[in-house]
Amino acid sequence: MEGQELPYVLIDSIGERYGVYVDHLGFLKKRFHLITMKEYLENKTFLSKKIRAIYMWYHRPAINEELLQSLPNLKVVASSGVGIDHLDLKLISSYGVKVSNTPFAVSTDTADMGMALLLASARRLVEGHEMAVSPDTEYFPADWLGVEVSGATLGILGMGTIGYKVAERAKAFEMKILYHNRNQRKKEEESAVGAVYCKKIDDLLQQSDFVLLAVTLTPQTHKLIGKRELELMKPTATLINISRGLVVDQDALVEALQNKVIKAAALDVTYPEPLPRDHPLLKLKNVIITPHVGSATKKTRWVMMEEMAESIEAGLAGLPVPREVLP
Amino acid sequence: MFRRKGSHMLRILTSLLGRSNLPYKFNRQFGSHRRRCHRSLIYNQRYRIHACAERQAITAGTKVMAEGELPAVLILDIGGTHGVLEDLAALLKKHFQLITMKEFLANKEEMSKKIQSVFVFERRPTIDRELLESLPNLKVIGNSGVGVDHLDLKMISSFGVKVTNTPHAVADPTADIGMALMLASARRLVEGCQIAVSPDTKSFAVDWLGVEVSGATLGIIGMGSIGYKVAQRARAFNMRILYHNRNRRRKEEEEAVGAHYCAKMKDLLQQSDFVMLVVNLTPETHKLIGKKELELMKPTATLINISRGAVIDQDALVEALQNKVIRAAALDVTYPEPLPRDHPLLNLNNVIITPHIGTATVQAIHTMAEEAVANILAVLNGQPIPSQVFPKL
Repeated sequence: MEGQELPYVLIDSIGERYGVYVDHLGFLKKRFHLITMKEYLENKTFLSKKIRAIYMWYHRPAINEELLQSLPNLKVVASSGVGIDHLDLKLISSYGVKVSNTPFAVSTDTADMGMALLLASARRLVEGHEMAVSPDTEYFPADWLGVEVSGATLGILGMGTIGYKVAERAKAFEMKILYHNRNQRKKEEESAVGAVYCKKIDDLLQQSDFVLLAVTLTPQTHKLIGKRELELMKPTATLINISRGLVVDQDALVEALQNKVIKAAALDVTYPEPLPRDHPLLKLKNVIITPHVGSATKKTRWVMMEEMAESIEAGLAGLPVPREVLP
Repeated sequence: MFRRKGSHMLRILTSLLGRSNLPYKFNRQFGSHRRRCHRSLIYNQRYRIHACAERQAITAGTKVMAEGELPAVLILDIGGTHGVLEDLAALLKKHFQLITMKEFLANKEEMSKKIQSVFVFERRPTIDRELLESLPNLKVIGNSGVGVDHLDLKMISSFGVKVTNTPHAVADPTADIGMALMLASARRLVEGCQIAVSPDTKSFAVDWLGVEVSGATLGIIGMGSIGYKVAQRARAFNMRILYHNRNRRRKEEEEAVGAHYCAKMKDLLQQSDFVMLVVNLTPETHKLIGKKELELMKPTATLINISRGAVIDQDALVEALQNKVIRAAALDVTYPEPLPRDHPLLNLNNVIITPHIGTATVQAIHTMAEEAVANILAVLNGQPIPSQVFPKL
């Protein structure tokens, strides 16, 4: 009888732009026999029966019906990050395959990114830097101003783990915090951050100086912020998006920014990513865009990897899968 | 939004203008501020009044303005590149007769005797000996902003003129810019934005990483009002906070923000992931951070400066950044401002520079002006002065 073989896990690639981090290989190889897509395609007949899990790092490898059909022994798909809008959960489930994500690992860094974007936008940090280093700059004009963050009103749409962490941070800036959520949080939780529940999203939009989106992308939150919502916002307000590009009606956003219906936007997420190079959002001075880096720190990515490995191991051992996402 | 600060300033102004003689009430209003405002305590403890007999006695007979006329204040200009902003001018006009430098120079004979105060906005107008000599009835220079390193306090005092600044109005927005720079540097926000909008970008690489702010160690050098507000904000990010200051803060103040005192700056430098400079510029803090200090910092550390450019040995900083002695720097202040266009700091991709915007918000510009007005009026009305700055003996 053969000694215990490490389970075969499919990954997209190693290193370079999209692959599993080279630093992570040591940890993963102790637990799994990693098969890259290239290796799989070269030896489908043998490998297709061996592969029991997919380690999906930043949406790769893409999972479609064809792949699911050709992996008869697939049990678990571990997806990095918290969003699972890129996965057809129903389809995957119909093949008896479990899906897991990494919701808590990303939460702190993403909340930090939300605050970073809020502050950068309010104080015109990117514009300011460009002025400070531009070859054309001769002096710093006195009438160049941003807006105050301390004491301003922040409206958080989506008060889950990430939204709540944003509230905790904003409180230290003495911001007045409003929030809208599918469910109202417990009183103690609200008091701890001084957050006031707005049952109607309109109330939040009308009163906020900063509107921060921290919802999951679902059919209900698709285009949650459209022309109507943007018009409800103050003309001095800033929209910050750390959820998913599709939560915002991008065309309506462009129009609102061009017509000064709202003052500015700061987006870590767009649809698609990256935006086409001729997209109007790229040219607007009152827009900051970052390349979806909400969880992009070494530490967090390591924790994510560990959690994914743990979910795969549990799933393959027939145990309850930590961080399982149900369809 | 800024109703808290605004209404506070309004109370000060009302008390100054609405009633004639309330030194006690004035003191009480500012008493609590004095306790909270560490910076002005430092000024009072460190500096001594340099008394000058001649100037102090503006006798009852001296006529500087007609009955019912507003006192005159000298400003550089209204509008333009360096002038007082239009709406600030409107605020000043409620309490003063505004005289621009242009008007003054065109009519020195008449104007020079009228001017009792100067409103210094963004370090202008420049206060030199020649100007002081030409303003015989000058009583006060009201600075907008807290830093007074651009003013020769000894010289000004020798003319019997008082200097005031605005420590309260600057604290929140400057602490905010400190946090903004720390987050932007850690998460490589400026670089990221450039990638996101660059015409050459075809995809986002997944191995593009920054460093964590939450849970990291922040070392605050200079724990005055601004430094303390930075600590309050950083605490919400679960940062471990170390601080170095001329004087240790009270235990309750330390505990409130979870800050640990480092008597030796060396200890702070060696343990911090982020080092933030929040001192004022004095001969003691000039080049406080030099080659030695940079080498004590972690190679993964970030230096953030929201104090004054001259607090850092800039050449040593360039070298440290080029040789990866430290990870990155984020500077709201440099020396000079702006830097020469060929300065190496402008080309390093691990450096963020902002154009000295620590108080550049619509609201802060107003509250600073209100605070400066309150100070100027206190001097002119012979009332206790909220934020006087004294030269060191």
